[in-house]
Amino acid sequence: MFITPTGEEVFVIDGHTHFWDGSPANQLNIHGKQFIDCFYAYHSSLSPKDKLWPKEQFEKYSAEQMYRDLFVDGPDDMAIVQSTYLTEFYKNGFNTIDRNAEMAKKYKDRFIVNGAFDPRDGERALEYIHYMKDTFGIKGVKLYTAEWKGESRGWKLTDPNAYRCFELCQKLGITNIHVHKGPTIIPLDKDAFDVHDVDHAATDFQGLNFIIEHCGLPRLDDFCWIAVQETNVYGGLAVALPFIHGRPRYFAEVISELLFWVGEDKILFGSDYAIWTPRWLVEKFWNFELPEDLKQEHGVDLTPQAKKKILGLNAARLYGVDVEAQKAKLAKGAYATAAG
Amino acid sequence: MNALLHECDRRTSEVWQRLALVTDPELDESVTELGFVEHVTVDDDGDVDIVFRLPTFWCSANFAFLMADDMRRAVSSLPWVRKARPQLRDHMVAEQINRGVREGMSFADALKEFAPGGSLDELRDKFRRKAFERRQEVMILALRGIGYEDPAICRMSLCSFDEVEFASPDVARQKPRYRELLIETGLACLPEDRTFVTYEGAPIKRHELASYLQRLRGVRINMEFNSSLCRGLLAVRRRELVDDNPGPTPSPCGGCSSRCAAPSGSP
Repeated sequence: MFITPTGEEVFVIDGHTHFWDGSPANQLNIHGKQFIDCFYAYHSSLSPKDKLWPKEQFEKYSAEQMYRDLFVDGPDDMAIVQSTYLTEFYKNGFNTIDRNAEMAKKYKDRFIVNGAFDPRDGERALEYIHYMKDTFGIKGVKLYTAEWKGESRGWKLTDPNAYRCFELCQKLGITNIHVHKGPTIIPLDKDAFDVHDVDHAATDFQGLNFIIEHCGLPRLDDFCWIAVQETNVYGGLAVALPFIHGRPRYFAEVISELLFWVGEDKILFGSDYAIWTPRWLVEKFWNFELPEDLKQEHGVDLTPQAKKKILGLNAARLYGVDVEAQKAKLAKGAYATAAG
Repeated sequence: MNALLHECDRRTSEVWQRLALVTDPELDESVTELGFVEHVTVDDDGDVDIVFRLPTFWCSANFAFLMADDMRRAVSSLPWVRKARPQLRDHMVAEQINRGVREGMSFADALKEFAPGGSLDELRDKFRRKAFERRQEVMILALRGIGYEDPAICRMSLCSFDEVEFASPDVARQKPRYRELLIETGLACLPEDRTFVTYEGAPIKRHELASYLQRLRGVRINMEFNSSLCRGLLAVRRRELVDDNPGPTPSPCGGCSSRCAAPSGSP
């Protein structure tokens, strides 16, 4: 729960978190090392100085620490923990659903665990979707279209195999498709993080929501254009939000574009934990005001109501979380923990 | 001996000056200013080695290839240079890129395993457009900022533009860069030619300027995102290299005795 300076309670769902193991012991090759190094560089370059972690802690952290950073020291009420396999880089995967679910079950009512699949697995991908639904009851997945696999350097949401997976997701009620479309990590000429495939998939699967993590940055204009036309396309703020610290004017420009094109009902907060911790992000976001010139130019504002939607209400809607009931449940849990 | 050293310094300095003209295609900023180039070595036969490093191991292979090739071209244009050999370090396809550029291979051949489509020239043009639009936005906003009305901006001639003075150092820096692209692309050549046209060469109508600027802002937001991440990541990478390998930071002028005029380090 985030308490505003005026004492108001704001319900926070952190839409994008990870529980990874990027430690040297789990690295399969140089790519595993370079991948976590790159994450660490993001962490180091955009975090306030007093929020920096030592490298070793960043590579692998405990479930207890994650819980504390998000819910005790941090303002989150709930967090969506995403699964990213990267089995070509890491022996046991980077953060598989099994690892995430194991962590989440210790903390009742706190985590929404999302799965992941790779359409290039063909039939096995379909079986895996069934497995995740049956075993973990997932409501969402995180897809990583630039992931390497054998000779392949990425895939598209419009690939026939991907469509078969989406059909199954729609049928099973796995309705939230988070797609990493963000900073370029391994883009070649055919950019695997290009956002245009979202347009077609979103049109063809009206029963699914497509949450575009990182808002397609650095392809914000393409993303906005698609989001305007597709009612089931959302934007996740992870990576865009940390700019609020070092480059607030830049963040103001990005959020203005998003408010104008995508709208306050379709933007989701995400800390991208453990790249960033949520406390400072939420505090700065709540205190942030759009500069007057941008307000006027775009005719938008980042009102307290808009902030509440972005911080939690929008994600609650997508994941069917009854906010009042959830608050009551968490309060009871906190009381039980305190009493215990 | 002294004369030889002096000659080496002069040549090294010339190389740095040429390298300063090479830009990162995505950021539209000089590779030397961004701190990508770490080391230049010049030998007596006129062979030049250029060691450079990008912000991450994963930086786009096609941009890396483009920069390496641009460095080779820029340095090879010095009359005394026999061979210019850019050497990319710590990158996922460093070997392929270094070999490709050294042997004059096409982009598609050098990176065959990734089957990239399109040619290097197409890529160059794509980024030249972005650079043009980014520089253009700076100039239009700056003119608005000092009181020029939209109609005056839309019909401003090159010679009137030349006469405008800008107080902001960033704008003053971008002015010749914008002009240079206008000339290079042939979008304006004569003093009476319009200063502000689209990349296709069409005039911008005054009532369209606002929506045109909105599009330019989109271009800038994307580029700035990359630019700030790249700078941040590069700074972190440098710190780590220093941590891993304590000792004197390499001077930008490689083996030479004095520091040349080349800018060094990241901002």
